[in-house]
Amino acid sequence: MIIHHPILGPRDSQEFVYLGDASLMNRPDGLTAGIEAFHDYLYNRDNPAGEHRELWYHEQGDRSWLVVTRNTVTHEIVRVELARDVAKAAGRTK
Amino acid sequence: MRYSGLRVVVEALTGHRGWKPVWRDPAPQSHYDFVIVGGGGHGLATAYYLAKEFGKSRIAVLEKGYLGGGNVGRNTTIIRSNYLLDGNEPFYEFSLKLWEGLEQDFNYNAMVSQRGIINLIHTDAQRDAFTRRGNAMIMNGADAELLDREQVRAMYPWLNFDNARFPIKGALMQRRGGTVRHDAVAWGYARGADMRGVDLIQNCEVTGMRIENGRIVGVETTRGFIGAGKVGVAVAGSSSKVMAHAGMRLPIESHVLQAFVSEGLKPFIDGVMTFGAGHFYVSQSDKGGLVFGGDIDGYNSYAQRGNLPVIEDVAEGGMALMPAIGRARLLRTWGGIMDMSMDGSPIIDRTPVDGLYFNGGWCYGGFKATPASGWCFAHLLARDEPHVTARAYRFDRFLKGLMIDEKGQGATPNLH
Amino acid sequence: MTQQNRISGGQIDRSRTLRFTFDGVAYAGHPGDTLASALLANGVRLMGRSFKYHRPRGPLSAGSEEPNALVELRAGARQEPNTRATVAELFDGLEARSQNRWPSLAFDALAINDRLNTFFTAGFYYKTFMWPASFWEKVYEPIIRRAAGLGSLSRQEDPDSYDKGFLHCDLIVIGAGPAGLMAALAAGRAGARVILADEDFRPGGRLNAETLTVGGKPGAEWAAEAAAELSAMPNVRIMLRTTVIGAFDHGIYGAVERVSDHLPVPPEGKPRQTLWRIYARRALLAGGATERPIAFENNDRPGIMLAGAMRTYANRYAVRVGESCAIFTNNDDGLRTATDLQAKGVDVVAVIDARSEGALLPGIRHLKGADVIDADGRLGLRSITIRHAGGRTETVPVTALGVSGGWNPNVNIASHHRARPVWNEGIQAFVPGEGGPPGLSAAGAAAGVMSTHGALTSGQQAAMAALGDLGIRASAGTVPDAEDAPVSITPKWYVNSGKGRAWIDPQNDVTVKDIKLAHKENFTSVEHMKRYTTLGMATDQGKTGNVLGLAIMAGLTGQTIPETGTTVYRPPYTPVAMGALAGRSRGKEFKPFRLTPSHKWAEEQGAVFVEVGMWLRTQWLPKPGETHWRQSVDREVLATRKSVGICDVTTLGKIDIQGTDAGAFLDRVYCNTFSTLAVGRCRYGLMLREDGMVFDDGTTARMGENEYVMTTTTANAVTVFRHLEYCRQVLWPEMDVQLISTTEAWAQFSVAGPNARRLLQKVVDQDISDAAFPYMAAGSITIGGLRARLFRISFSGELAYEIAVPTRYGDALIRRLVEEGREFDAVVYGTEALGVMRVEKGHVAGNELNGQSTALNMGLGKMVSKKKDSIGMVLSQREGMNDPDGYRLVGVKPVDPTATLTAGSHFLEIGAAPVIANDGGWLTSKVHSPHLGCDIALGYLKAGDQKIGRRMRAVNLLAGTETEVEIVSPHFFDPEGERLRG
Repeated sequence: MIIHHPILGPRDSQEFVYLGDASLMNRPDGLTAGIEAFHDYLYNRDNPAGEHRELWYHEQGDRSWLVVTRNTVTHEIVRVELARDVAKAAGRTK
Repeated sequence: MRYSGLRVVVEALTGHRGWKPVWRDPAPQSHYDFVIVGGGGHGLATAYYLAKEFGKSRIAVLEKGYLGGGNVGRNTTIIRSNYLLDGNEPFYEFSLKLWEGLEQDFNYNAMVSQRGIINLIHTDAQRDAFTRRGNAMIMNGADAELLDREQVRAMYPWLNFDNARFPIKGALMQRRGGTVRHDAVAWGYARGADMRGVDLIQNCEVTGMRIENGRIVGVETTRGFIGAGKVGVAVAGSSSKVMAHAGMRLPIESHVLQAFVSEGLKPFIDGVMTFGAGHFYVSQSDKGGLVFGGDIDGYNSYAQRGNLPVIEDVAEGGMALMPAIGRARLLRTWGGIMDMSMDGSPIIDRTPVDGLYFNGGWCYGGFKATPASGWCFAHLLARDEPHVTARAYRFDRFLKGLMIDEKGQGATPNLH
Repeated sequence: MTQQNRISGGQIDRSRTLRFTFDGVAYAGHPGDTLASALLANGVRLMGRSFKYHRPRGPLSAGSEEPNALVELRAGARQEPNTRATVAELFDGLEARSQNRWPSLAFDALAINDRLNTFFTAGFYYKTFMWPASFWEKVYEPIIRRAAGLGSLSRQEDPDSYDKGFLHCDLIVIGAGPAGLMAALAAGRAGARVILADEDFRPGGRLNAETLTVGGKPGAEWAAEAAAELSAMPNVRIMLRTTVIGAFDHGIYGAVERVSDHLPVPPEGKPRQTLWRIYARRALLAGGATERPIAFENNDRPGIMLAGAMRTYANRYAVRVGESCAIFTNNDDGLRTATDLQAKGVDVVAVIDARSEGALLPGIRHLKGADVIDADGRLGLRSITIRHAGGRTETVPVTALGVSGGWNPNVNIASHHRARPVWNEGIQAFVPGEGGPPGLSAAGAAAGVMSTHGALTSGQQAAMAALGDLGIRASAGTVPDAEDAPVSITPKWYVNSGKGRAWIDPQNDVTVKDIKLAHKENFTSVEHMKRYTTLGMATDQGKTGNVLGLAIMAGLTGQTIPETGTTVYRPPYTPVAMGALAGRSRGKEFKPFRLTPSHKWAEEQGAVFVEVGMWLRTQWLPKPGETHWRQSVDREVLATRKSVGICDVTTLGKIDIQGTDAGAFLDRVYCNTFSTLAVGRCRYGLMLREDGMVFDDGTTARMGENEYVMTTTTANAVTVFRHLEYCRQVLWPEMDVQLISTTEAWAQFSVAGPNARRLLQKVVDQDISDAAFPYMAAGSITIGGLRARLFRISFSGELAYEIAVPTRYGDALIRRLVEEGREFDAVVYGTEALGVMRVEKGHVAGNELNGQSTALNMGLGKMVSKKKDSIGMVLSQREGMNDPDGYRLVGVKPVDPTATLTAGSHFLEIGAAPVIANDGGWLTSKVHSPHLGCDIALGYLKAGDQKIGRRMRAVNLLAGTETEVEIVSPHFFDPEGERLRG
């Protein structure tokens, strides 16, 4: 597969390490959320057959974590973003 | 019809006129006591044992494609019970014992062949870990032996002993491990279930679940609504898709695992071998093909096909271990969808919906589990309580912190 | 032997003669020959045996689809099983042997299977061999395994090398026949970057096998000229002997180039083969079509082959398959073979045309509405039996028969993304369907365009379309004149005659009867049929037989062929040598070695090294006279504890963490607190995974207000850094924190022992007295002005430091430390001594940090702060992970100090049976402590904290041994820590 890195352009997916569903970005606050919330966050997945937002890490590259929107049936990639930008856009700012 | 050598001879001498369909193709009835979703190994085994061991009737198996078309028909055919953890080992040992009597039980030669499996050791720490495991296996009633380097060399002198990046220092061996002719497992169970009146319904995809007052009353299918007393889902890589019909999210991701077979070769490897340092495992089929594999591709996928990096990685592992296979040719690769669970171990459990039961999360170890999975799922469906060897396979183990994590990788399905 | 079947013409170089042997018999051929064509030229039709019945076989084809003519090529370590003689290029000195026969090809004892064929129907083995149960492994299976398989491996290391390469292009054209050449010309002339790949060693595809003209020239000549024009273009790369094996995601194509297979041995420095990963913006499948046979009784006799192949042998290789030939066809293309052979002077006895309609060939006995119903000649065709239109039968002596049942477009690559091909009624074959690899189109015969002119035109059009997609301007040139005959075919799959066997998959011996049996037993879906009969699972992957089989099944079920469907096409297109897929990653080069800064020095000292992940570390350093590793390790430990020892710990992961939120960041990634750590101090940190299990541990120092240096375990250096980047970028991008891995940047040595300070003080520029640099101090220092880092931390339990210098000074530093240490009898110790001392001290390492253990298990439960949010804090509180009777880290000592312990042994109470219900846990790490004079171990024991002082057994059932042990504190050595504070 080829991942179009937002900064570095097209890169072979072999340069990356895969983590999983981008919902892992939405970590509950450990001081307010309890075991059940963390359990759902860490263990349960939509696991869709179709479009999937997922986290990839450019380990053999610039160490960016990316959010890749990829179809799990066709493997077509429709969007690649820096995870940092996605997280900030979702409200993770100072 | 009972199969035997005599029957083969008689049929051969009378022009093979007497062979009968191995299963019927019945039209679905409007209601069954038990509907098993998924006509793969686990689903067929469940139906077979429900009928045979638990005396149930009015059973249907619904298969969206053809019987045995899932992972039971695309795997590397290995059986073993060399697990470490208490939650797993009794179950897999139960499964291995069922394998040992399976052919006589369902009167079909699935070529269960206990030619032994070895896990190679490359470091002292690995030897420590395998010693721990081997002891756990024996304490669970399984067999295990620790081989030293020279014992391994005596078995396979052509392994790379003298120029290896990761030297072979020994192996953990389970002599009762081996291989089985995978398709025959599906067909044997299908035939056995059909003979006991189970309706095997192919080309019948479940498209919805009808749930009333928290209880399942049947499934919507491409062949119409089918009412059910109880519904058991055993659909491996499609688990999340099917259980979404009941509004459930699962601790499972679907990943592609590629497997490989070489051209036919004269006998080269007798048993099964795993090469942990190279993510490679191999056996040789009775037809002569080297059957081998390695890691999953590592990303969520329902595509049933993989990519070059893993193909190359597996070949590298093979060449590093067995430098003589350079001139053997890879004949075919294929990809199956693995229901990778969050701790690498399966789930056989009730669900929040009354009458709906789930069997999945087998990762890429589901084939060897087929008999016990079917038996235990049938036990749960028939008696509403888990089989003694499958008590740990609960959904709530993640909530309770009772993970069964053989590899110690945590909630990262692609690393199990 | 003479080449008695060599005829005129052909694309062989008669000026040179190549000598070769087959089964020890010497023959001659010419450059341009394949092994199969050369053998046929010498009158050899028998080249192999089938898999199941061991039937004598000759080549069915002249290409890569060959199922029959498989040989062991070359000898010794280069022995290559299952090589298709039809694509093996002849070279001088070639050596080949037939396979899967004993004692000889002409007399094969296992041909008895053929006599017993009525018992060996499809799937017979599923119905028998079950009694007695123990006989399967002991009796039946060994016999089957010995009989099965095809060729043999040498069992020696493959002496040739393989390579891998990467290529990029605008357009990859797969196949250099008329469509592919025309497409490459159009794209190449437009300036696009083009790769033209063909499995053959000669461009032209079918043009080399035909007498057709293109643009008024012989087709082969036109192809050669087109290839020459392309070769001259700098933007075009022609790759011959290169098979595109598969279409992968996002325009990535795998291709194998057989660089040296046509030579006796690879030239110096050249690989045998190269695996190319080709990144293509667009792709064109122009891979042509494969002919299929018509099944009839005994249609597998040597001398019976595909009509198109027979034409290839005649036109390209100047070989007649036999002195007298016949053709059996259901389409016009078969007629071409008859006319071409006749033009070459070969005696064409008859053309048996299954079709009733159509014109008759002039000057040839052309039988309409007739079938071939049988063939005779066990080791080579002698005669065929014809059933005339009226039903009369006639036996005709012939030594060669060409059969054509039509042509199947090679849709494989277009279907590698699981797209199902669609049925084309006009050509009675499947053509590429929707949903193929994005960016790939098909042209020529691969797309079902069967005429030469059609292929040229569609190739050009497809290239123009691809260029248009890419925004590359191109102008359509003129398409040369060529034949443009329509396809005339009447479907005919098999000839229904007597009770004999008609082969569909000749290698796996699948006959029409097997398909019928599969149908009778309800294995009617194509996948069931394939798996039950093994149709299409041979080395040719059913290239000639699959469509035949499913058409016959369709006839039996009453479904149409498209309703019946195909099985899934999967890579590789043709089988690929494992060596090519592995490339250079084999032997010691399987994975790279990482060497420590002291490696060169240690090598000079004769150190013993051990693989630790990718690293090679010093395991111990034997001194002269030491004959057992224990002597060296004991000496290293005792000398360190007595005076001072030095150990290279560079492999530990090192991460610089900087920013105004660095301390707060560490508070979140470690379960204990770091923001309160004073500048110039360090602290032991425990890192959890989000599931609450221990991930890693290490010491982290605060070098400045906003600057920390973290160390990780060797094993987790990469994954911890990845995790920290994840936390920083994904979870908490609002934090001001920056990371950099400096594992490779600093050479780090542990200096441990009572004289550690005295030794180091000789080396460093600053005062490191206990007052100036107390226990757990950290700071930047200098060594003769060179910047360095010093940490007063201890893994050994001794007064100890870790000192780091820029990596390029690591070699100098080890030499300096050894030199300065002479007065203290300093030793350098390896990983074994390191392990001994850490177990003596009760520190956890890899065997305890197994990913399955909690802080509580390790006796470190109190470290998990609940006052702050950190990774893993919440889920570490789950009930199952807080069992008061769960595993706890303990120390283990044998009651008899001379007894040995084994890591991996399990704990059992005295007198308890070795069953899992009594399992108490296991010994994680075991060492011999020279300090205590006995084996000691760490272990995880259920409720271990309540069992200190108890006697148990450590049982190793694998060895049949057990040792009575005492459960003790894991801190065997200096439990109060007085030495390290000294």
